[in-house]
Amino acid sequence: MIVLFWACALVAIASGIWTIASRQPVHSVVGLIVNFAALAILFLTLSADFLAMMQILIYAGAILVLFLFVIALLTIGSAPIETGRGRLAFQAAPSVAAGIAALVIMGAGLRVAWSPTAAGPLNDLGSVANFGQQLLTTHVFAFEATAFILLIAIVGVVMMAGRKELRF
Amino acid sequence: MPQVPLNLYLELSAVLFIIGVIGFLLRRNPITMLMAIELMWNAGNLAFVAFARNYIDMSGQVFAFFVITVAAAEAAIALAIVVMVFRRRENADVDDISIMRG
Repeated sequence: MIVLFWACALVAIASGIWTIASRQPVHSVVGLIVNFAALAILFLTLSADFLAMMQILIYAGAILVLFLFVIALLTIGSAPIETGRGRLAFQAAPSVAAGIAALVIMGAGLRVAWSPTAAGPLNDLGSVANFGQQLLTTHVFAFEATAFILLIAIVGVVMMAGRKELRF
Repeated sequence: MPQVPLNLYLELSAVLFIIGVIGFLLRRNPITMLMAIELMWNAGNLAFVAFARNYIDMSGQVFAFFVITVAAAEAAIALAIVVMVFRRRENADVDDISIMRG
């Protein structure tokens, strides 16, 4: 487990530095996706199953796609990047190796999360049932407040997107 | 299987948070600054979940869930602002945007 922790920690730190250091915003988004995946595996080692799932679904699936949409929208007038053929060919082998390494690390995280030796109350600490019960009983007021925050965000974005003229 | 001590998770959280702070302070591209903010949200989340595991209390995980929700709302609004700024001018260097200066 300590090996898994250090692997995920190194991946998270390296991808974080890559995120803030790269010049292209798309490279930053890729680094951020790797960072969030490493954090999801760390959540698995902390027996937070549902949060690990939400980390992948909401962060890597929704928020970063939003970032990618904005980057694509802002560079819509530029020339396409991939003009030549096979410019990225030298990256094929490292990317396949990185994918296999990611699969190994994720498999290790899943094994830790669902190992039968983790006895006691920790087994269902972060399970969906326990999480939902806590969310809708103990923390139901914060849950409702979150709904209000999301409503404000929707109204604000629609107001800003619908305005034609902006002076600054 | 030896357990990972709590302080390792907290130190990793601090390192990730500091990386986010450095990125936010040094970069001038607003999209990259937003991504640095996302790094900081996630560092805080890691600390929450590590404490939840340490004290066998679900409140930390539920709070981390709220943090994810608020981060989604923040990203949506901030990216809308960035799109409006980019629509107005070609290069959106945050040092040039001074409408909110008092």
